[in-house]
Amino acid sequence: MVDPRIVIVGAGPAGTRAAETVVRHGLRPVVLDEAPQSGGQIYRRQPPGFSRDAKVLYGFEAGRAGRLHAAFDALAGKVEHHPGTLVWTVRDGAVHTAPADGGAVGRFPYDALVLATGACDRVIPFPGWTTAGVYTLGAAQVALKYQACAIGGRVVFLGTGPLLYLVAYQYAKAGAEVAAVLDTTGFAAKAMALPKLLAVLPALAKGLYYLGWLRSRGIAIHEGVVPVRVDGADAVEGVVFRSASGEERRIACDAVGFGYGLQSETQLADLAGCRFAYEPQSRQWLPEADADGRSDVAGVYLAGDGRRVRGADFAEMAGELAALAALGDRGIAVDQARMAALRRGLDRGLRWGQALQAVFPVPHHFLADLPSETVLCRCEGVTVGDARRAADDLDAREINRAKALSRIGMGRCQGRYCGLSAATILADTAGEKPETAMRIRGQAPVKPVPLRTEEAAS
Amino acid sequence: MSERGQFRRVAETGRRPVRLRVDGEAVEALDGDTVLVALLTAGRRLRDNEFERRPRAGFCLMGACQDCWIWRPDGGRVRACSTPVADGMDLLTRSPLEQWSIRAS
Repeated sequence: MVDPRIVIVGAGPAGTRAAETVVRHGLRPVVLDEAPQSGGQIYRRQPPGFSRDAKVLYGFEAGRAGRLHAAFDALAGKVEHHPGTLVWTVRDGAVHTAPADGGAVGRFPYDALVLATGACDRVIPFPGWTTAGVYTLGAAQVALKYQACAIGGRVVFLGTGPLLYLVAYQYAKAGAEVAAVLDTTGFAAKAMALPKLLAVLPALAKGLYYLGWLRSRGIAIHEGVVPVRVDGADAVEGVVFRSASGEERRIACDAVGFGYGLQSETQLADLAGCRFAYEPQSRQWLPEADADGRSDVAGVYLAGDGRRVRGADFAEMAGELAALAALGDRGIAVDQARMAALRRGLDRGLRWGQALQAVFPVPHHFLADLPSETVLCRCEGVTVGDARRAADDLDAREINRAKALSRIGMGRCQGRYCGLSAATILADTAGEKPETAMRIRGQAPVKPVPLRTEEAAS
Repeated sequence: MSERGQFRRVAETGRRPVRLRVDGEAVEALDGDTVLVALLTAGRRLRDNEFERRPRAGFCLMGACQDCWIWRPDGGRVRACSTPVADGMDLLTRSPLEQWSIRAS
């Protein structure tokens, strides 16, 4: 029997564990990853020549990060690893790649494909969010972890989610000036009151630790805020917010890091033809898979935050389980007891993910109050008003129709940063439930690739 | 590029200097920097958005938002957040090719 060809997209927590699992069963998988080194975003490694130790880079997670990196490094020679490689589509039983630095495209046919595509920051636009010097919380963390830089000289962090206090803490600890933390949730008060407390205890404990640490250093923390605008014509000069008591306040700063948790990167699952289902807490349509990660498309498996945001620890489990499923489905003997244990672990992960979203809810309701002139699509400057007009005057209540008529989600990022907000705006305007706006269809290439034609030699 | 940069280095400052040209001016970066960091430790602007015609300075830093593409003199594009600097690199923050006016304002 010919060995099945197993292709894994992503080398973060899920992709690493999937690759390790395949190798343990005597096969040599292809691992395609956009980053130059394994680790994913959460355990992104600093470039060669940097010298900070893991504790500085990953804090409480230093041990996990180190183990994951070591696990991938131990696969050297046993996997066909292509770093710096973008997978830009999936079709006809093969993934199609383009190298990050230009050059020839590639094609990798598969018998089993494990998509471990991860997540990116969930944002909600607000006036001034496209001003130079406004970044996602994830970006703020990447700047520090990967480049030893702060995103500004005086930074405001805004939003909700586990990253908010973590990044503020990491910045202050690294010696950067944190002007304030603006929390849209009211995390500390809510955390204490939540009945689901136990399910997310470790995350809460860490969050409360960072919060206490920041407070003890005199860093201003405002809970229950609503962002009003970013000031500054050519670059950030300040942030205006409405406090929990309703008054408008301004904080001078030269950079803003903001975000409301994470959203799954689902484009490749979409292009692979996977069925999607609506997830009401995040208001994101997510690719469907069974408990092991099997999608409804034969040979396509989903793992990690790209399937559903549950965080790195559960992504490791999901990667291993999806790989075991892929191997088992191809007649290779796998440890059934281990699979059962991983399923139980991931079931806890599902509850954890739901509890986390209850503690750090995405403030969807901010969208209804945005001024019409607020930029919604940062690629092409399509405004909130344009989206409302599409839903109202043009009767485009479904997002792909609204895209065609207003260009929402038509830009280079393919709607990653406006699509979910646009769906809620369309539905709000039409007076419908948010899921009725559906989701932006995936389009190849999922990220820009260079296009070149060559003159034939004569 | 004489103004204070958007980004501030907080560690790892002992790396080898790397010299590049941005819009014809010399910029000194450090080995291991991304192009984005090289430009934003030297200034606050990376590019202009074609539709708003306002400066941009990157957004996601992880290759998702596509808001940090700049140019080489031959018109080739560089995604600044995921491209490492190299000695002698020549970069432009405005397209060397003629641009249509996308939105009159």
